[in-house]
Amino acid sequence: MNWIYDPWPWYVAGPLIALTMFILLFAGKQFGMSSNLRTLCSVSGAGKASVFFKFNWKKERWNLTVMLGAVIGGFIASHFMSNNTVEIAADVAATLQEYGIKSAGTAYLPSEIFSLEALNNPTNWLILIVGGFLVGFGARYAGGCTSGHAISGLSNLQLPSLIAVIGFFTGGLIMIHLIYPLIFA
Amino acid sequence: MKTISYLLIGTFFGILMYKSEAASWFRIFEMFQFGSFHMYGIIGSALVLGIIGIQIIKRFDLKAVGGKDMHLKPKNKSVARYAIGGILFGLGWALAGACPGPMYVLAGAGYVSILIVLFGALLGTFIYGIVKHKLPH
Repeated sequence: MNWIYDPWPWYVAGPLIALTMFILLFAGKQFGMSSNLRTLCSVSGAGKASVFFKFNWKKERWNLTVMLGAVIGGFIASHFMSNNTVEIAADVAATLQEYGIKSAGTAYLPSEIFSLEALNNPTNWLILIVGGFLVGFGARYAGGCTSGHAISGLSNLQLPSLIAVIGFFTGGLIMIHLIYPLIFA
Repeated sequence: MKTISYLLIGTFFGILMYKSEAASWFRIFEMFQFGSFHMYGIIGSALVLGIIGIQIIKRFDLKAVGGKDMHLKPKNKSVARYAIGGILFGLGWALAGACPGPMYVLAGAGYVSILIVLFGALLGTFIYGIVKHKLPH
């Protein structure tokens, strides 16, 4: 029964992501997850605060439905198809140990940051809120996220998407190599 | 019927994100440490197949269901918004260890703390909408 719980290798996951994009293209839609955040703001009445949120959000219901599906998929996979642990490279796990994060190999997300007990530490609130804020702000500023630019846009050979993806990695590398040592030292 | 289809596509995508561990903070950290080929393999193979498929769609002028044009609009030209926005996104992606798709997936998987990340992401989106006209695009 191990095969049900084993993680999917990259050569299965990557092609299936491409498949997801093509199914949506054939449905006349474009694969992009972060635009749902804008739609959710509109649904909540943010149109009163900015014209950026004044659009016919009902046209985006299909994508909200995909988002809801992703939530269901997360529930199914974590409850029935996974032992919820992630093995990473030994040297990377050792680096995390130095940062006080020892749950690599025994958890899906680091319990030192994501468990309910971890919320007693204000630093973790800051990590979660600021991290989310930058993702939301940056995705809309850049006009897309990993799915919209790195997959949809680059597949369509869009130069703007290449600039955005180089930005994604520049920001990620700065965070991991320059800012993490300051946060977790 | 359409709603069910989108729900199934989303469910498939959610399982895929979780099972491939692309939704795991650990994998994102490992990727930025160049510790494993895993994430590069996922994005790279999706991309190679994506490029080939879209070239085929364009070469043969394939249409979406119902004869509609495919949604392949070119993106607006600019450097500043993609570079600055991209870097801000990357900082957040590495800090929270999740991009938008995986956030929804992790919420479904029952990680309560991801709701704080999602709240932050909604707030970031909202603030962008407020200050948009003051930013270089």
